[in-house]
Amino acid sequence: MSEGRADTMSDPTRAEVCVVACAEAWRGDGEIVASPMGTIPTIGARLARATFEPDLVLSDGEALYVAGTWPVGEPAPGPVEGWVPYRAVFDLAWGGRRHVMMGPSQIDRFGNANISVIGDFARPTRQLVGVRGAPGNTVNHPTSYWLPKHRTRSFVSRVDMVSGVGYDEAAKAGPAASRFLQLRRVVTNLAVLDFDTPDHAMRLASVHPGVTVDEVVANTGFQLAIGADVPQTRMPTAAELRLIRTVIDPHGARYREVQHEHG
Amino acid sequence: MTEDAVVAQLRSGMTVGIGGWGSRRKPMSLVRAILRSELRDLTVVSYGGPDVGLLCAAGKVKRLVYGFVSLDSIPLEPHFQAARQSGSIEVTEYDEGMLQWALYAASLRLPFLPTRAGLGSDVMRVNPGLRTVLSPYDDGEELLAVPALPLDAALIHLNRADVTGNAQFLGPDLYFDDLFATAAARVYASCERIVPTADLAAVGGIGSLRIHRWMVDGVVAAPNGAHFTSCVPDYDRDEEFQRAYVHAAKDAGAWREFVATYLDGTEADYQQAVASRPERAAAI
Repeated sequence: MSEGRADTMSDPTRAEVCVVACAEAWRGDGEIVASPMGTIPTIGARLARATFEPDLVLSDGEALYVAGTWPVGEPAPGPVEGWVPYRAVFDLAWGGRRHVMMGPSQIDRFGNANISVIGDFARPTRQLVGVRGAPGNTVNHPTSYWLPKHRTRSFVSRVDMVSGVGYDEAAKAGPAASRFLQLRRVVTNLAVLDFDTPDHAMRLASVHPGVTVDEVVANTGFQLAIGADVPQTRMPTAAELRLIRTVIDPHGARYREVQHEHG
Repeated sequence: MTEDAVVAQLRSGMTVGIGGWGSRRKPMSLVRAILRSELRDLTVVSYGGPDVGLLCAAGKVKRLVYGFVSLDSIPLEPHFQAARQSGSIEVTEYDEGMLQWALYAASLRLPFLPTRAGLGSDVMRVNPGLRTVLSPYDDGEELLAVPALPLDAALIHLNRADVTGNAQFLGPDLYFDDLFATAAARVYASCERIVPTADLAAVGGIGSLRIHRWMVDGVVAAPNGAHFTSCVPDYDRDEEFQRAYVHAAKDAGAWREFVATYLDGTEADYQQAVASRPERAAAI
């Protein structure tokens, strides 16, 4: 069968629901820099700009701001809007006009996130990349997270190393840490979660089509806030599907993060 | 200067900053010269890539100061992981921006610079020496005071330089090479090519001239000196070589062979071995 034709006709896949759920993280942000880490968040950010959030600023993943909409995994054709070496990225982050979506290995109930080590920091069982910019990002500007495998190993009662700061740790550290902290949403292969609760504990905001609340609970290693009626994550529109399938991810890179299964 | 002449000016126990970023524009020929030397117990400061991995694997590192260590196209650095997981090095893990602040404070001869970055994170827990500072103004905010991190020496690699030490980056990012330079007592810059001073501005424009001769104590002509990291526009990262590096790092025997093939000899031997690699691959 003709791949392109069949693809544009078929139902949205779980990966595509995830793309849109990531895109939605930037809704309402206006003219700020969207910094997605990972493939599905990158597709999501480009989709958001191509549709409902046209003023977003996006980088090529190196040192340039670029306009337009282009495929993931390919060089940006431009036009170039600006130069943003790492020095400028840190200034940008600490100045606050940015919303990052990072991909932690662990996250906990109040949104502490770990990209540094698994196990004891002094002698980790697995050394990861290091805290990178996560401490500074989280206390300075809006942050969302993407975890392509929602499982108890990742959704833990307490992260091994607080890299991205959560609401409880920021509160303990004082007003300077809490002042600009905004954890917007956590998107996974199963659900969308947020911190829209009185004590900023993680809440199940929506389940993806085909996923039950019980399935999310079973794969979460701490107690989630769950309302009486958990809505379903919204489906991609036909226009969004067309953009994802023909423009932003024509080669299906999204399926390397979330396997191909119909949502 | 030669790489070995630079290393002859370094001492065991020194704090050495290494420019570049991840697996990008690293002064690898200078790092390889350290591998060949008797130096040990170094405190290495780096936005880390294979520079860190190689120095860890060779047992040169006492303490590592970093925000991350990564090979970019391969997220995790195997030798750094092994060093951490075996507990063979001491570490100071900072937020990336904290590391910038530490170098900037040293550059400005300030004891510290304030920031929010690090507050509330376990960076504070695992670095118990970090202190906060209360704003003296009406806001009264309590901020993290990142202590200055003066370097005994900095090693950086640029695309071009003149003989006096004015050096030029021609790629998209200087990274923090200028801060490594101004934070250091002694600065050694290797470069792809030494050119007449007049060629610098003519080729890259004035914006590319950010490393100045007053910062630099020695210049090394090191063509392909950043290999296997990227040094655009002169060359991209040697992804195939990097994959071979990572593959070899996973096995003691394979690593010994890698060292024997590439690292036991001089820099010229290294470059020769790299250049003849396609032939060897074809012969096998």
